[in-house]
Amino acid sequence: MKKIAVTSEGPSLDDQVDPRFGRAAGFVVVDLDTMETQYFDNGQSQVMAQGAGIQAAELIARAGVNCLLTGYVGPKAFQALSAAGIKIGQNLEGLTVREALERFKSGRVEMAQAANRGAGR
Amino acid sequence: MREIVIISGKGGTGKTSLTGAFAHLAANKIMCDLDVDAPDLHLLLRPTREREEEFHSGHEARIDRESCDRCGLCASMCQFGAIREEEEGFAVDSLRCEGCKVCVAFCPAEAIQFPEKHCGQWYVSSTRFGPLVHAQLFPGEENSGRLVMVLKQQARELAKARGVDLVLCDGAPGIGCPVISSLSGAHLAVAVTEPTPSGRHDLERVADLCKHFQTVFAVIINKHDLNPDETARIEAFCRDGSYPVLAHLPHDPLVTQAMIQGLVVTELPEGDFSRELRHAWARIEALPGLGR
Amino acid sequence: MIVSVASGKGGTGKTTVTASLATVWDESVLAVDLDVEEPNLHLFLRPRIEGSEAAQLKVPVVDESRCTYCGACSDLCQFKAISVMGRLILTFPEMCHGCGGCIAVCPEKALSPGQRELGEISWGEAGRAGFLMGRLRIGEAMSPPLMRLVKVKLDEMIAARGGDAIIDAPPGVSCPAVNAVIDSDVIVLVTEPTPFGFYDFQLAWEAFSPLGKPMATVVNRAGLGNDDIYRFCRDKGLPILAEIPFDRAIAEAYARGRIIAEVSSELRETFVSMLGRIREVAKQCCPKGVAHA
Repeated sequence: MKKIAVTSEGPSLDDQVDPRFGRAAGFVVVDLDTMETQYFDNGQSQVMAQGAGIQAAELIARAGVNCLLTGYVGPKAFQALSAAGIKIGQNLEGLTVREALERFKSGRVEMAQAANRGAGR
Repeated sequence: MREIVIISGKGGTGKTSLTGAFAHLAANKIMCDLDVDAPDLHLLLRPTREREEEFHSGHEARIDRESCDRCGLCASMCQFGAIREEEEGFAVDSLRCEGCKVCVAFCPAEAIQFPEKHCGQWYVSSTRFGPLVHAQLFPGEENSGRLVMVLKQQARELAKARGVDLVLCDGAPGIGCPVISSLSGAHLAVAVTEPTPSGRHDLERVADLCKHFQTVFAVIINKHDLNPDETARIEAFCRDGSYPVLAHLPHDPLVTQAMIQGLVVTELPEGDFSRELRHAWARIEALPGLGR
Repeated sequence: MIVSVASGKGGTGKTTVTASLATVWDESVLAVDLDVEEPNLHLFLRPRIEGSEAAQLKVPVVDESRCTYCGACSDLCQFKAISVMGRLILTFPEMCHGCGGCIAVCPEKALSPGQRELGEISWGEAGRAGFLMGRLRIGEAMSPPLMRLVKVKLDEMIAARGGDAIIDAPPGVSCPAVNAVIDSDVIVLVTEPTPFGFYDFQLAWEAFSPLGKPMATVVNRAGLGNDDIYRFCRDKGLPILAEIPFDRAIAEAYARGRIIAEVSSELRETFVSMLGRIREVAKQCCPKGVAHA
């Protein structure tokens, strides 16, 4: 898997993983081959009255992401991400973006089979 | 961090009065009034506002009369009957506008604006029982649950910042959007019911809702002495669903007397009602997963 | 004449008042429960249900053979009920508000109206009154779409049988409550004279005044709280149609599912004169935001 998105409170690898997906502050997207990083602000999803998770899924799908690392994902976002073929690693809050990526690269992140959170708006 | 939401299904069962009393009894917590449509908790807690924010959500259509050709396409396409032709031209009724953007997208003259809506205000306040996060939706606005989520998020962040491990919420009535949002991420829903046909009927609907969203569910039967037969039926329902009944509270005008004084009932001299309420709180704290 | 019975606060007695009025109504009346989240009117009126139908909302269905994944639908949708990601198109029917925008905007005519079940509409007779209600499916988040469909049925039934209608509205002052009262001719606000009742009553007055309809008040559980409500009604020129006393016997009768107008001849008389006064109030024509006594 080449392109990994990590929900993040800020644009750098040393920022904290944002536990939310749909209303995360933004996404740090890393190309594992080149180790180049790019930051996508998620403001557009945050202001939505409903469907923020779906909007966020569209955003990272457009960026060509294969895998998402985050804290929790609701069922609609999970459905959208899975349909787009994006693998999901959950429960990574409390780490920095860098630490979450290290854990992923060393094979210690299990890919989720189901959303770990109830429906939001 | 644990989150408890007090809900009711039917309005008027005593949800807010009991939440106010629990706010008095709970040691260390952040309070949150999630009934943003008709909030009442502040009438008991008498908060001092420390922070005020605007809440914007969704959009509404507005026709620019100068650019409008009066072709009427917008009115014919609107599924919500929100556009009417008046003498001076076409106009959008903001109370009916759903914010769907169809008229904006299809107007041949591009005469329709789509501004964001300022739907309400939310506040972080201090009270004699601790911090309160609350809001007021402007009348007639859509209560989609988004403002409820904003309040919950604020309450959780405040709890984290102050090292507090309990968020206690006065939930929204009913079973729609705002209640669904109230229950999101909650560890326990306490349903306050009354032994009337409506009370039991609505309890069953709200129990179903909690089952649908897999929220742990417990019940308090308020005004139990109004109809012992109905109370027994509620108890049977709870037994069948394995829902703990945390208390049977008597119908007591004392609750209203406390309300008039801007107090919660446990702040009045101790009586049967407040004693039973204290036991209820002790049982809540003793529930598995909520032990502190 | 279409009367809506509303209140800011839940539990003040909307359904109590609606049920009692329906039983003393002297002409043909249709009793309508628009509190589709928690319908209670049927528990008191005990109608004989003669028909019911599933209420459906038109949601988009994709014909992928025609879809070019252009994303026009997804770009328009304000509710994220339809989403295009690359060569993938997803619909989230539970988010759909039924605006029809995506179906109309699709350049390939790849979207057609499918159905999502909102809940159920049922109708029948309750004594001399007709009866109509909607019941929202559990887990269905929004009430206005179902309420709109119940109102369509209301119009059909009135066209067929003539007479009046009385609507039991949902509590609160947000969208669902406004939806219930917006097409009525007169709004009756039921409140109780407690601090919560009074606060929410003021919210209701603020919410409904802009509709420019005649409004009047019924004070339930009179004697329970204080006098603020009376002062407010006087200041705003809101007629008080009746007071129902705070009385344990009434509370117990209600708890047993009895109709309050049937508890005593005095209470019946209270509702008979309430009906007469409602008719007087409905005759007044109110300019926007101002109510007359």
